[in-house]
Amino acid sequence: MRLSQLRFGQEAVVEQINDNELSLKLLEMGLLPGEIVALENIAPFGDPIAVRVGEYKMCLRLEDADCVMVKLK
Amino acid sequence: MVFSAVQPKPNTEIDRLLKQELTVALVGNPNSGKTSLFNALTGLNYKVSNFPGTTVEKKTGTTKLSSDITAQIIDLPGTYSLYPKSADELVTYELLRNKSETNFPDLVLFIADASNLKRNLLLLTQVADLGVPVILALNMVDLAERKGIFYDEKVLSEALNIPVLSINARKRIGVKEIKEKLLDEHVRNRVKYFSLDFLDTKFLDEISEFTDKRNHYAALQYAINAAHLISTKSKQIREIFERHQFDARAFQEKEILERYHMIDTAVRMSRKEKPGALARSFTQKADKIVTHRFAGIAIFLGLLFMVFQAIFSWSTVPMEWVEYGFLKSSEWVESTLPAGVLNDLLVHGVLAGLSGVMVFLPQIIILFAFIAILEDVGYMARVGFIMDRIMRPFGMNGKSIVPLISGMACAVPSIMATRSIENKKEKLITILVTPLMSCSARLPVYTLLIAMLIPEDAKWGPFNLHGIILMLMYLLGFAAALFSAFMFKFFIKAERKNFFLMELPSYKLPIVHNLLITLYDKGSAFVWGAGKIIVAVSIILWALASFGPRDNMKRIDEKYLTMATETNQPFTVEELATQKNTEKLQASYAGEFGKFIEPVIKPIGFDWKIGIALLTSLAAREVFVGTMSTIYSVGGDVADLQSIRTKMSNEKDPVTGKPVFSVATVLSLMVFYAFALQCMSTVSVVQTETKSWKWAVIQFVYMTALAYLSSLLVFNLLS
Repeated sequence: MRLSQLRFGQEAVVEQINDNELSLKLLEMGLLPGEIVALENIAPFGDPIAVRVGEYKMCLRLEDADCVMVKLK
Repeated sequence: MVFSAVQPKPNTEIDRLLKQELTVALVGNPNSGKTSLFNALTGLNYKVSNFPGTTVEKKTGTTKLSSDITAQIIDLPGTYSLYPKSADELVTYELLRNKSETNFPDLVLFIADASNLKRNLLLLTQVADLGVPVILALNMVDLAERKGIFYDEKVLSEALNIPVLSINARKRIGVKEIKEKLLDEHVRNRVKYFSLDFLDTKFLDEISEFTDKRNHYAALQYAINAAHLISTKSKQIREIFERHQFDARAFQEKEILERYHMIDTAVRMSRKEKPGALARSFTQKADKIVTHRFAGIAIFLGLLFMVFQAIFSWSTVPMEWVEYGFLKSSEWVESTLPAGVLNDLLVHGVLAGLSGVMVFLPQIIILFAFIAILEDVGYMARVGFIMDRIMRPFGMNGKSIVPLISGMACAVPSIMATRSIENKKEKLITILVTPLMSCSARLPVYTLLIAMLIPEDAKWGPFNLHGIILMLMYLLGFAAALFSAFMFKFFIKAERKNFFLMELPSYKLPIVHNLLITLYDKGSAFVWGAGKIIVAVSIILWALASFGPRDNMKRIDEKYLTMATETNQPFTVEELATQKNTEKLQASYAGEFGKFIEPVIKPIGFDWKIGIALLTSLAAREVFVGTMSTIYSVGGDVADLQSIRTKMSNEKDPVTGKPVFSVATVLSLMVFYAFALQCMSTVSVVQTETKSWKWAVIQFVYMTALAYLSSLLVFNLLS
């Protein structure tokens, strides 16, 4: 499934990132294959979302989260 | 000559001992506590300048390491990696890459957030591989411990093969130890984390030949970053890449993954976890409310309301002090210097102009105090998060909301605040539309004009009608900003896809010391930035208003000289002086200018006298009020709005006999002041921020066109 499809509090493992331009930036930010992510907050207007990556929280837009394939834990 | 062969070798070690100064670059991720550490190390011993050829702020401070050795600390902008994606990151990369640069550091002091160590260390390993010695300052250990994470400095130091020190930058714990470590010669060993052995040496040599002969990694990194650019060198780099079938993206991916792998091992070795302590943190609980669908928006609007209340109510008294100070110094100059052109220039040109802008300093300080506190606490990142969806259709992102809101105080510091926006297109759009937000300088203009439309105590239901119209003017500015942003979205090319990847840092208590330093920075940036241009503009405008073509001025002088000697004329000395000023202004070059542009402004309902005010407003919009009072011979106190208003209302068109300030003209004027860029300080700051006159000119032109067309529409609909 996609990172954008996670529900509140759900944890998942990152499998791969489909967007070339985005993937390097996400890798740098620690969103690596095998890393555990969890959906922590959704902005009031439904987008962007905040996910816990490793030990910190980052936010990204849904369209970017669409490119991140994850597997529910 | 035999001896000429024995040239003394350039020895950096000796140089360093001779100058007794170390250059230390402070490097780290955003939100790692870098600014706190810089402030703790240098206090107020710092300078703010720009990195050469950029608008990125460069803070350089000094700190004494021992009685005879000082360190020069360069605060580099926070970045996540050495493959730069914004102007801020580019600066960090350029400084660390270029060994021939004068600022090339003797060593890097790397600050890392211990509560999020893995991601922080990625940059550290890249920096170290450029061949600079690195010391690691482990910050926010207390935060990590609260999460139940403990690090053994010694083990980490051995695993990474560099010195490691635990500090608390906000509480200034560990600063002394850092200074000692900086002095220590042992720290100057270089380490290497990522091996390039898997690449063809021929390829590496070829690239190095091209860019950086001393370090393969630095050379390759430079080549990868430069390959995107358009230059002959970039073309050659791409050729080399192709010839050796080097895939830069695949390489970068491999690099990041391998580095993380190595970091993971080091972190795991040195880390102990206390189970059970991973309870929900304060940040998690707070974010549930702060980003909540209803509560989140209510908190945001509530804070916004509070900030505005504060800006306008707290600033009244200090603004009076500023005005009083300028008034007193004007009086002093006027009475001390001999009467004449210089006296007149200083009092009515320079001091009057400065006073008009500096009066906003209290508002700006209050606004920036709020922004700085909210930033320090961690709330600003949430504002971006909450507002992103709304700003996005207008070609901006969540971070744009801060400059836009600040624009309601003053566009000058707000445009400086766009530096945190990574994406160039989004940043540019934000800069272009921020001056449409209703700033403080428009307030006196609106107040005067609204008073001409309706009586002061007019009510609409329980509300004061004045306040409602004023609020509509603010909304009009905001709507125009969004509309223009939407249009620009189609005209400005994007260099790359817009991402909005941002860390949401943990909430922290604000630090007074950091706040004061930020306010000092912003305050002086405003005073010097706006001050310089205002002095120049004021002098020009003063000259235009004080001198006239032909012998206009001389004739008026003579006329009033004879009038003053006549015994039976009905005016007092003061009244005569006021009338003389009026006649002089109307006969001056500024008056000529007003008459010259009258055919252009006639269709929007302005006469040549308003034309004069449009010109003088270029120093700052609220000068409109002062000019009106001179034009309509309001003697004495300039702030006497009542009498200016009466005089203006009585003004009749010499041809038609109708009042000049009809409802149509007043509304047309209000719309014009809402949209026109009558502020040279803004033009100047946009030029500095975008590093080109192109965008400053485009902005001036589009805002003037918008103002003119809107006024044309308003005037013709109403008359």
